[in-house]
Amino acid sequence: MRFTIVSPTRLRSSLLMAPALAWLTALMVVPCALVLALAFFRRGIYGGIEYTFTLENFGLVFDPLYAGIFLNSARIAGTATLIAVIIGYAAAYAISAAPRRLQPVFLFFAVLPFWSNYLIRTYAWIVLLNREGLITQLLRWFGYTGEPPSMLYTEGAVIAGLVYNYLPFVILACYAPLSRLNPELAEASRDLGASALTTFRRVILPLTVPGIAAGAVFVFVLSIGNFVTPALLGGGRFQMIGNLVYDQFLTANDWPFGAALAMALIAIMLLVLMTQALLADRAAGRAAEARGDADG
Amino acid sequence: MAERSPGTRRALWFVLSLVFAFLYIPIAVLVALSFNEGGLPTAWSGFSLKWYASLAGNAAILQAALNTLIVALVSTAIATLLGTLLAIGVEMRRQYGKGLEALIFAPMIIPDIVLAIALLSFFSMLNLTMGLHTIILAHVVFNLAFVCSVVRARLKSFDWSIVEASADLGASAITTFRRVTLPVILPAVIAGALLAFTLSVDEFIIAFFTAGAGRASTTLPMQIYAMIRFGITPEINALATIVMAVSITALTLSQRLNRGVIGQ
Repeated sequence: MRFTIVSPTRLRSSLLMAPALAWLTALMVVPCALVLALAFFRRGIYGGIEYTFTLENFGLVFDPLYAGIFLNSARIAGTATLIAVIIGYAAAYAISAAPRRLQPVFLFFAVLPFWSNYLIRTYAWIVLLNREGLITQLLRWFGYTGEPPSMLYTEGAVIAGLVYNYLPFVILACYAPLSRLNPELAEASRDLGASALTTFRRVILPLTVPGIAAGAVFVFVLSIGNFVTPALLGGGRFQMIGNLVYDQFLTANDWPFGAALAMALIAIMLLVLMTQALLADRAAGRAAEARGDADG
Repeated sequence: MAERSPGTRRALWFVLSLVFAFLYIPIAVLVALSFNEGGLPTAWSGFSLKWYASLAGNAAILQAALNTLIVALVSTAIATLLGTLLAIGVEMRRQYGKGLEALIFAPMIIPDIVLAIALLSFFSMLNLTMGLHTIILAHVVFNLAFVCSVVRARLKSFDWSIVEASADLGASAITTFRRVTLPVILPAVIAGALLAFTLSVDEFIIAFFTAGAGRASTTLPMQIYAMIRFGITPEINALATIVMAVSITALTLSQRLNRGVIGQ
């Protein structure tokens, strides 16, 4: 390839990319760098920012009070992830076992709710769970006469909201590897005398780990930084990291600490993503091995 | 797949029914209640459109709807242009660095709350008066990333040699784009634009942080959030039903266009 041919392509490519990259730099990279810088400054006495270097804000993140909220968020997000993965995997498995022509239809309708507004999907759970909501009505209809159960503004309500909102993505992520699974592998396993459970545990599950990991990461990352669901379904009683960041910026007016919290959130997210990449690599290795064995 | 016993098949259908019930009952209840005369979940008192009529008379909601439309249309237009150009620019390179990939991917995975506070800090440091224009600036960030990824997916199977052929035959770069590249990617561009439009209509957190003080630049999701915090009202059910119908229509359309592309 002659230099004169390569060069105009690269130049044209750069020109085409320039406006979008400039936009992303000015309105994402620079603002995020600003937040990172902000985290190293001190909060002014009257709520402003005092431009002296400090590591206090990061120290405060590990203060028992705030570390507790981090652990709490991780627990709520982790529980929601576990439930979403179990339901989502079961649903994806059932879809992949359905007749071929029905699979795209099922998949479409599984993802459809995901396309409606997040606030509205969360609000739907307020309608279901509030003291005079549908579930209370149903209980009454079955003859229940006691006090209406308090379901809204509980940790359970927050978890239900998170699972409901992110389930479609888990179904999608788990369906991809399940539908690509070579049926001969499962058949071979059965022919060699393995039970259905062993076949699932030793053959199907390991080969579909990448899908599970992708779905789990998605639910966990979006849940741990969530602030709408805890605010609406937890009634502000269950603070999560997202709510904490929100408070620092809009009520407590401690921007440097809010910035440090946001950076901690990003750090957790990167950690989770890196773990997933590692898992995916190992699973890819296993899949290649399985293919090699089948060929050999 | 290996033949399954009738028992296993029944179990699988049972799982599917449960999951679909879980996904659709909450939404169905909401939609049903929006048509309930009495508006309360306690009793069905007859079909009525009165909650929709009462929305039409609510000046705050109409203003919010107008604001949302302005933000969504303008940010979609800018994002579609920039995102498409970006996609073409990236795909015509035979190799690109991981940094570039990460930069394009970042707006799709960065937590909303982080981008929201980052932009709030940035705009207030610049002493920029915030309003609809700052929401638009912010929405273009994630919208262009989504448009770019949809168009790139289409370009993956694009045969760049036809571009070279067109140039060899004497067509200018612009003619080549208009007559060769654009017709191929157009369904993906429209699909990307529809996706961006819906994302912008539905986006709450970033708009909330970059809208500035005052009610003048309240968008529909901000209005819905305020209404939900105030309590359950039949109007929210009606408004929610309309917003859901709009998003689902736009995205179904987007999906169809994209499927058409992949099916070719």
